[in-house]
Amino acid sequence: MTVQQEEVSAVEARQEQQARSVSAATISSLVVLAALVLCPFFISGFQTFQLNLMLIYAIAIMGLNLLTGFNGQFSLGHGAFYAIGAYTAAILIDTFGVSYVWTLPAAGVICFVSGFLFGLPALRLEGVYLALATFALAVATPQMLKLSILEHWTGGVQGIVIRKPKAPFDLPLSQDQWLYFFTLFVGLLLYWAARNMVKSRSGRAIMAIRDNPLAARSMGVNVALYKSLTFGVSALFTGIAGALGAIVIQFVAPDSFTFVLSVALLVGLVVGGVGWLPGAIVGGAFIVFVPNIAEEISKGLSGAMYGLMLILLIYVMPTGAGGLIRTVTDRLTRR
Amino acid sequence: METFIQQVLAGIATGGIYACMALAVVMIYQAIHHLNFAQGEMAMFSTFIAWQLLQWGIPYWLAFGLTIVISLIGGYVLERSVFKPIHNAPVLSHIVIFIALFAIFNSLAGFIWDFTIKPFPSPFGNAPLFGGGLIGGHQAGMIIITLVVLLILFAFFRYTRVGLAMRAAAANPESAKLVGIRVGVMTGLGWGMASAVGAVAGILIAPVVFLEPNMMLSILLYGFAGAVLGGLSSPGGAVLGGFTVGVVENLAGTYIPVVGAELKLPIALFLIVAVLVFKPTGLFGQRVVQRV
Amino acid sequence: MSATLKVRNLEASYGAFKVLHGLDFDIAEGSVTTLLGANGAGKTTTLRALCGMIRRSGTIEYEGRSIANMKTEDIVRLGVAHVPEGRGTFTSLTVEENLRLGAMTRSAGDGISGDIDRIFAFFPRLKERASQQAGTLSGGEQQMLAIGRALMLRPKLMLLDEPSFGLAPLIVKEVFAILADIRENMGVSMLLVEQNASLALELADQAYLIETGSIALSGPAAEIRDDESVRASYLGY
Repeated sequence: MTVQQEEVSAVEARQEQQARSVSAATISSLVVLAALVLCPFFISGFQTFQLNLMLIYAIAIMGLNLLTGFNGQFSLGHGAFYAIGAYTAAILIDTFGVSYVWTLPAAGVICFVSGFLFGLPALRLEGVYLALATFALAVATPQMLKLSILEHWTGGVQGIVIRKPKAPFDLPLSQDQWLYFFTLFVGLLLYWAARNMVKSRSGRAIMAIRDNPLAARSMGVNVALYKSLTFGVSALFTGIAGALGAIVIQFVAPDSFTFVLSVALLVGLVVGGVGWLPGAIVGGAFIVFVPNIAEEISKGLSGAMYGLMLILLIYVMPTGAGGLIRTVTDRLTRR
Repeated sequence: METFIQQVLAGIATGGIYACMALAVVMIYQAIHHLNFAQGEMAMFSTFIAWQLLQWGIPYWLAFGLTIVISLIGGYVLERSVFKPIHNAPVLSHIVIFIALFAIFNSLAGFIWDFTIKPFPSPFGNAPLFGGGLIGGHQAGMIIITLVVLLILFAFFRYTRVGLAMRAAAANPESAKLVGIRVGVMTGLGWGMASAVGAVAGILIAPVVFLEPNMMLSILLYGFAGAVLGGLSSPGGAVLGGFTVGVVENLAGTYIPVVGAELKLPIALFLIVAVLVFKPTGLFGQRVVQRV
Repeated sequence: MSATLKVRNLEASYGAFKVLHGLDFDIAEGSVTTLLGANGAGKTTTLRALCGMIRRSGTIEYEGRSIANMKTEDIVRLGVAHVPEGRGTFTSLTVEENLRLGAMTRSAGDGISGDIDRIFAFFPRLKERASQQAGTLSGGEQQMLAIGRALMLRPKLMLLDEPSFGLAPLIVKEVFAILADIRENMGVSMLLVEQNASLALELADQAYLIETGSIALSGPAAEIRDDESVRASYLGY
């Protein structure tokens, strides 16, 4: 074989490989989707509720991933946007009698604006400084929500209780099941949007900023605008998740939105895989289920168990589930 | 005007706490270029060890010294055992490990010593010294010890070979290996020293805030703020930054109407963030000049 | 003359990409050996592989003992000083601290201050800037600092990676004069990687020509220098 022929066949082999892994990816996503759709019919109401929370956290993590994974900006404060979304939904339902469905776009818009505005000063901060600023945001959130001048809207420390919606059109679904499918639908919609955004021209600009801001600027990318916009979009996702969370839990109160929430989202992001969108499901599952497992192993030492499991997980997959899957498929397809 | 001076003094008193913690933060930042979120919990754990030693009847200063030694070794062992295997993992994975350590230390302390609030003795007593009683014996002692620690650190890094090797390993690991420095050992030592300084901070802070597993939560944050304000690279800057945070916090609480008292912490933090937006190297950070 | 360094079948790769395909070469004691070759031929990689800065395989014998499985720090302790690409300056530390770091593996009393004085006598310009941040030095001064730092080890073997890189011609001359001086007076063996082939051949005793990770040609430096055809086809001058 000549060198050229060799090269051609190498390219063909690579394309074949890609095609194979693409189809494998499609099949596995379909399997996951089918499992997600079927699950609620075989598990209890409470388990459905937990699964629903997993999806909600997955949406929030997806938002964080757009910011951190694709744009390279840290945030230890995404719990704040989650809280804003949750309170938007709760106040709209409780004070204004808006239907829960319409609170989602409202929460999205408000969070987009807040995220965009927060992203503007964040432009000047990098690395640890941005981490500190966002962490400050996370710490400040519950205190802001408790502010006495806002009490009329927020209900102060007591928070707001809202009622759980029923399934519409007399569908034969329990409230938990209905809300689960509602979340799943919203989640898929947002996943589709995120995927398209990442693959679009803007997505490439966003990633170029992450990889090399100077080069991106010299290629004519408006770095400041894109960074703030990404912050906004990221907050939008997380805010919608927050609104869903409020509807599903039927309750918002300041102390549900401490920095622990922000930290949990970050942990979920890393466990799922930074820069890999489907990893959000893994991250969401980690947030919901691992603390319970830790508690079951040892009540008194549940925190330590949680920490140990987290460390072991990072040892096994330092780059999260996404990294692990990438390594495994690489190895399988290369053979 | 009198209130103003009073509040500044009160700020300096609490600032002493933050300065201590900020010093520990800078120590670790110099070694690994990360903010260690578990640092407050490590300091808390060290303080519990000191408390336990005191309970066993060991004299104060001996317990103080023992705790520092235990923390030094503990920090070193922790780095070498937990972080060595993943030193090539991305930054975020490291942050997650910090979070894991946070959970582990908090939970362990609660498990061993339970969550009740414990008083912690001060060797300096609490007699009011000056500033209308705002600065008491303990505050003064705390500030002095912080300055002594600062001096020791300064001398260590400036005048000892190990100190020089640690600075070199942090500044340029690859070159450090080329002059025969064991970079991993230096990183471990950095952790050890940070945890020792943290232990000092914890022991000094405990008489003020009382001892319990969650005592360091907000203090660590103020410590971060102080360290960042000081530019993260200079121990002296961190101490100054810590005092500044204390004063700013107190003044914000007093002079900002309506929300001031309720939002002391967020306002202090946001003021600091605002400073960073305009001066990203921190107030006292040194610029590293480089020619290529 | 016995060989200070004996290298057989040295291979090295970055990830899945193999850069060195089995190099064989020797460095005779007290001699200067030069590796020549185009950009990307694998010269820097060879030096990095010798010092254990990248994964490598093959035989590397230094003063009769194998160092192929040793860590960088341990190899340095045996007296191998590497003056790396980009000079490896500790930019935030002072010039004097940079020099002190060079002697980090020696025991504390061991005449270190005296050696620093000797280096300063060698490079008067460094003495003027002793307490200055090393990052503020010019390229040439940083190169001198890097060589000075390497000498602080009291090395038996120096690995030099493009000491002429980015320097003005006059400074290059100065640096090479110093290298010649070191070789005359201190008996240090050297492995010199250079793009500036004529300068390197001037200094070296033995030369190897690397092409895409393999040795294409070797021989006494003087012969290669005088061989028109080699110069034309490999060295381009």
